Amino acid sequence: MTIPGIPFLRNTWRGLTSMRTALILLFLLALAALPGALLPQRTLNANKVADYIAQHGWWGRLLDQLQFFNVYASVWFAAIYMLLMISLVGCLLPRTIEYAKALRAKPVLTPRNLARMPHHAQHTVDVTPDEAVERATKALGGWRKIVREEDDGARTISAERGYLRETGNLVFHFAMLGLIIALAVGKLYGYEGQVIVKADGKQEFCNSGVLGYDSFQPGLTVDGTDLTPFCVKVKSFDVNFLPTGQPDLFRANLAYQSTEDLATGAWQDYGLEVNSPLRTDGDRVYLLGHGYAPVFTVTFPNGEKRTMDTQWRPVNQVTFLSEGATKFDPPGITNTEERRTKQIAVTGLFAPTAQLHGALLNSSFPDLRKPMVAVDVLRGDLGIDNGRGQSIFTVDESMVDSGRLKKVARENLAVGDQITLDDKTVVRFDGVQRWVYLQVSHDPGQIWVLVFAIAIILGIGASLMIKRRRLWVRVVPAADGRTVVEVGGLARTDQAGYGEEFERLSDAVSGGKN
Amino acid sequence: MVNETLAQFGDWTYGATVLVYVLAMALALLEQAFSRAETKRVAARKLATVGAPSVNAPSGDEPLEPAIGLRPRDERDKWERYGRMGAALMILGAALHFSSLVLRGLAVGRVPWGNMYEYMSAVCLVAVVTWVVLMRKFPVRRLSVFVMLPIVILMFLGGTLLYSEAAPLQPALRSYWIIIHVAAAIIASGLFLVPGVASILYLIRNRYDQDQAKFVRLGTRLPAADVLDRVAYRTTIIAFPIFTFGVICGGIWAEAAWGRFWGWDPKETVAFIAWVVYAAYLHSRATAGWRGRRAAWINILGFSATVFNLFFVNLVTVGLHSYANG
Repeated sequence: MTIPGIPFLRNTWRGLTSMRTALILLFLLALAALPGALLPQRTLNANKVADYIAQHGWWGRLLDQLQFFNVYASVWFAAIYMLLMISLVGCLLPRTIEYAKALRAKPVLTPRNLARMPHHAQHTVDVTPDEAVERATKALGGWRKIVREEDDGARTISAERGYLRETGNLVFHFAMLGLIIALAVGKLYGYEGQVIVKADGKQEFCNSGVLGYDSFQPGLTVDGTDLTPFCVKVKSFDVNFLPTGQPDLFRANLAYQSTEDLATGAWQDYGLEVNSPLRTDGDRVYLLGHGYAPVFTVTFPNGEKRTMDTQWRPVNQVTFLSEGATKFDPPGITNTEERRTKQIAVTGLFAPTAQLHGALLNSSFPDLRKPMVAVDVLRGDLGIDNGRGQSIFTVDESMVDSGRLKKVARENLAVGDQITLDDKTVVRFDGVQRWVYLQVSHDPGQIWVLVFAIAIILGIGASLMIKRRRLWVRVVPAADGRTVVEVGGLARTDQAGYGEEFERLSDAVSGGKN
Repeated sequence: MVNETLAQFGDWTYGATVLVYVLAMALALLEQAFSRAETKRVAARKLATVGAPSVNAPSGDEPLEPAIGLRPRDERDKWERYGRMGAALMILGAALHFSSLVLRGLAVGRVPWGNMYEYMSAVCLVAVVTWVVLMRKFPVRRLSVFVMLPIVILMFLGGTLLYSEAAPLQPALRSYWIIIHVAAAIIASGLFLVPGVASILYLIRNRYDQDQAKFVRLGTRLPAADVLDRVAYRTTIIAFPIFTFGVICGGIWAEAAWGRFWGWDPKETVAFIAWVVYAAYLHSRATAGWRGRRAAWINILGFSATVFNLFFVNLVTVGLHSYANG
């Protein structure tokens, strides 16, 4: 009696693990990866995705529903590579068993008629059969071989070479599996966080929790409670541009403390550059970008001063024309209602090297040659107390629209220039502070990804370059006291290259053409 | 910083290279178009193979001398002589080509593959050298025109639309990985060009073999299908490990430069796609029903992905590799 369902399962398994299925899955994988190159992806640029959806209406929304803007985390992409992995395992298991058997097996018996082999040579030599066998054995150094005696007294050698080809093949495929698992470990236990730090040597960033970051992408099991602690500050930021505006050098001079330094309070120095991240205690710190923070001082009517150096963001990555909003809360006013009529925002454009078209400010060079701002000064309720989060780069436009935040001045300011408002408040442009954009990355799986990647290279090299060859030698005493050496060869892979090699071998085995 | 004189000489050498290549292509075209069609030997081989069991068929085990060597000198027609001149010009062109890259490298004091112009030039050099080597091993000289055509087009585009002045590298590219990673990408891409062309010709020859009314003129002027198949396969199995190595080096560099070894940047994505397609090609040659025509199509697809990665991803999409443009 057969159990129902077993044949079905067996057939499904066979179908899934067949090479044909693997091929189709490979194509599906290539096809499924393609939209990620053609459509904007959330993980790379969320704003572009939003723009795309807005521009394409129902089509954009449909693509969004079908996870086309997050291809590599989508259900269908995962389904394909999971099936491919299962297919791979199903293919590898039997092959590994076969391989283990082949390793122990002796080279196959010498065929009766060597002349029927694709490669064949026969020589009559002036040595005894024993010497001929010895010479042939010596010539086949590095081959796996066995000497046998046949019923009629003829001696044969069966030799085989190229076992490493299958070794390489299996190493390659197992390393693929290992690499995918190491990737998954990274996705589970890794995290990335980005933070802007001013290059003033004072602002300290510590990797103590999620809140310290401007943005944070945790792995699936990371809740941000047990990050490895370390602290960095940026003492200065060196930057150099070629006269063409092409960047030539970025270096953030860091001071950092990690591991035991945290207890002793000692700081280490590190020159952080684009291609040399700081690696400390399992975490890496990268220099992703830089920018400017114009420094403004507001002198309020009561004589109190407040200085702010809020970072502004570059809107042009070539000229570093930047935009932003520096926000001030008036000091000394306890009445919240009154305070909300006196808050001040300085917002507009900053140019590191000013170029004016009339009153319009633009930037002509990314470095600080002639810094200038073109700002609106707004007064009123900034909306920073209403509990809603707002961007540090902009003012809440709804406050402007509702008339609770009013423009009270518009001016272009060079360093040292100031504006005096109608209530005698003075806004002064003091100078410019640089900031750097840092990323902290943590991925416990990546060292294993590297190990498996190296195994992939070695495996692939072996499996494509090493050739499997068989060679048989039959030594028969001839009537006149001489010895007949017959050689046959079969290439198990890549037949084309075996011709010359076989000739060389058969000459060596039989001791040259006599 | 930039040695303008050397840069100028480099550009002139580049121009000379293109001229020599065009000339080589013209001579190769003459041979392809006018030299005698299918040689007797190839025809005989074909007859012998038909109906033979494929298991131990000694397909191409004997060294395939170029058909030309088998006939006495006076029988060689003049078109074949043109073909040989074309081949010699290719070698001359490759030497000029190499010096143009060396001059550019000396002029800027860095590896001469820091922008798309230089990159494409280097890819073309690898393709030409690959072809010169293959011509010595396989009877394929009369196919030179088909290989030179894409190379000349790429060189022309590189020298005009994509030309960039000699300039130092931007900080993001200053790493020893540019030597390793980009060199591997260049070698692999240059190698992949040849199997791409061979696979197209394979399809034409295969179509002709199946139906002698198709591609009558071209079909008879191509080597046997199995020669084309072997040219494609042998080149691909050299290119594929190098390509894999290049992608992995890219990962190591990306880890140091961008904070992650893989991030599905458009360049990475299309490299992944090309890698998967070439992996499929290698598997297809071991799968019944997929050898031959389908394998050839897959190889062409793989090369299309490589070209797409060079042009579309560099010029159209915006990604981390965008600096490669210019």
